[in-house]
Amino acid sequence: MRTIPAAEITETVARLCQQANYLLPQDVRAALTKALHKEESPRAREILTQISDNAHVAQERSIALCQDTGIAEIFLNLGQDVHIEGDLLQDAVNKGVALGYTMGYLRTSIVADPLDRVNTNDNTPAQLTIAIVPGDRLEIVVLPKGGGTENASALRMFPPSAGWPAIVEFVLETVREKGINSCPPLVVGVGIGGSFSAVGKLAKTALFRPVGSAPADGAYAARERELLDAVNALGIGPMGLGGRTTALAVHIAHAPCHIACLPVAIAMHCHSLRRMTETI
Amino acid sequence: MALSFAISEFVQQITSIRAGDDLLLSGTLFTARDAAHKRLAQLIADKQLLPLELANTVIYYCGPAPARPGDAVGPCGPTTSTRMDPYTPLLLSQGVRATIGKGKRSASITDACRTYQAVYCVATGGVAALLSRKVKRSEIVAFADLGPEAIWRLEVVDFPVTVALDSQGNDLFRASEAGH
Repeated sequence: MRTIPAAEITETVARLCQQANYLLPQDVRAALTKALHKEESPRAREILTQISDNAHVAQERSIALCQDTGIAEIFLNLGQDVHIEGDLLQDAVNKGVALGYTMGYLRTSIVADPLDRVNTNDNTPAQLTIAIVPGDRLEIVVLPKGGGTENASALRMFPPSAGWPAIVEFVLETVREKGINSCPPLVVGVGIGGSFSAVGKLAKTALFRPVGSAPADGAYAARERELLDAVNALGIGPMGLGGRTTALAVHIAHAPCHIACLPVAIAMHCHSLRRMTETI
Repeated sequence: MALSFAISEFVQQITSIRAGDDLLLSGTLFTARDAAHKRLAQLIADKQLLPLELANTVIYYCGPAPARPGDAVGPCGPTTSTRMDPYTPLLLSQGVRATIGKGKRSASITDACRTYQAVYCVATGGVAALLSRKVKRSEIVAFADLGPEAIWRLEVVDFPVTVALDSQGNDLFRASEAGH
């Protein structure tokens, strides 16, 4: 048994919210550089150059990469031998979000009621997912998720007979209809399996994997390549103004599901795939 | 090659601006996003006095992040324009000459740009830190209670945009799709 003070969780979440918003991860930068080498259109090249310049400015000045500093999606992998002392875990996390956003010059983008729409002014509550894992450590992943890309995300329940071809069509249809408004070049997270409630989370966790990495399962690696090629063949390009890079990557996460179901979710993400992880 | 325009000059010459033109704008932009549009539309419907004169203005779909002390403005990139589509014809009818945002819009906006002789421009989404360096001054002019959704006046220099819809019915996104 190991004790972690809740205050340490609060401090860590606050710091991760800021770092995630200021620093474009290395894997994303590398993918953007690779994309710039592939593009021929001057407009696509100009946009990719602006994106890379933006990452420099944000890092140098410790300011947000994007004014939409997102809803704080926080994933905790909590070792079952951890004892948390002090605040309730979710309170510790929400205090961290409030602190990180208000002290870090990050936009507060959460309304308390979806219909009354009054801003909570500290970006709480976070969207919190907790998994219990072996060990005595706590891994904290912060993914600030922008509203534009949330609106472009989609979920559909297919019959099992529809199979892989229906998933390919669903991804292409979603990117064709909503990709332009999601600040391409995109990273597309695809969740397959689980249940109606689980598949959206699954799609989001697919975004954690390093951009450019391949999944261990060769069949899924081939499916990801097939989807990425098909998405890029749409020619939507950076910011929808044409080009070879509509997506930097397509990642699939899959899970067991019911014999009657084939749940599929698409977590659309923009080029600014901000995420930061720390283990206490 | 981008064309440089003072915004006062840009709104005077709007009918000669074409989809596909790359522009560097200098002058005043007013931000407005979802909640500010809803309020403006309500004030217009109720025939109330507006908190700003809309004639010959350029509206930027943006909700800036807070500024660090000493910075002219916080990160301030464009938001998705199509969410403002229900309000845009009304605002254009009140004299707004151009809107700036990101992404494609519904067909009604192509028509409205033609009817009211206006244009729609796109700025690069997700480069808010970079765009904030183009803003020299900023202040809230209305709806401060809306927080990030307040209306801000931004004084910009060489703010980079591309014309997506012009006053003649041309659409850069459609041209780009056809080109592919």
